[in-house]
Amino acid sequence: MKFQVLDLGLSEYLDALTWQKELHAKVVNLELDAALIFCRHFPVITLGRKASEASLKASKDEITGRRIKLFYVDRGGDVTYHGPGQLTVYPIINLRNFKQDLHWYLRTLESLVIACLRDFGLSAGRKEGLTGVWIADAKIAAIGVAVRQWVTYHGVTINVKKNDLDNFGLIHPCGMDIQVSSLEDFLKKEINIRDVQSSLLDKFNRMFKVGNITLGGRDGESSFAGVGGRD
Amino acid sequence: MVKVVLPELGEGIRKATVSYWFFKDGQKVKEKEDLVELTTDKATFNLPSPCSGVISEIMYSEGDSVEVGQILAVINEE
Repeated sequence: MKFQVLDLGLSEYLDALTWQKELHAKVVNLELDAALIFCRHFPVITLGRKASEASLKASKDEITGRRIKLFYVDRGGDVTYHGPGQLTVYPIINLRNFKQDLHWYLRTLESLVIACLRDFGLSAGRKEGLTGVWIADAKIAAIGVAVRQWVTYHGVTINVKKNDLDNFGLIHPCGMDIQVSSLEDFLKKEINIRDVQSSLLDKFNRMFKVGNITLGGRDGESSFAGVGGRD
Repeated sequence: MVKVVLPELGEGIRKATVSYWFFKDGQKVKEKEDLVELTTDKATFNLPSPCSGVISEIMYSEGDSVEVGQILAVINEE
């Protein structure tokens, strides 16, 4: 299996989308078996296919005045916010190799995040009918995916830092009035996003049974040595 | 005439919502081009055209809910 892991670090939403489309094409063309893109985004609000302007609480001017970009995107779901205090992962997975089932894939992503949070001592779960990962009544991870030719893109965002959640106040997350929280809020200590990334990579590695991992940053250099391979 | 039906998208998934048409009635489409985007839960799925031809009829509008096996569009094959 050829499996590529990219760590883009802090990146613009559209740059990460370009990477996703490039790697998606490679997986569709069987040049790659799968890929994972890890990144943190500059502040951005994205509206999925279910979103309308009623999903925004603030005006567009107020949003862009705060230097937050706004994009309509081709994923499922409503509106969400991405910022530098979150870890975002975009899995590019060929579901033909696993199960051609959109809901299986959504539930699998949830279970990987739940397992990752367990590594940090957190007991998270699902809410019936509300895709995402929750701790009590607070949403800690949002999920929205797109599938073309049974190869996935878009993905999962986990709220890690506590000081990056204010901007959720500009929107109705997922089109509703829900409480949003972070790992740091629950753990009452500083959490390194890189540690969350290492844990999540391990969960993806086990789930999707990848072989040798090619670790690479933007320039193909390893940017998180010490992670990867199989047990 | 080729009928494009809503395929199986997973266990227990009986229906999906038409979220985006990439083409309109009367337009030409090539085999494997994205024809329609469907949404279920927090996933979107792009259904490719099964053949090349002219779209003679689009049966459901964006926002409509469609059941698995129902006809989404009809294409006059070329």
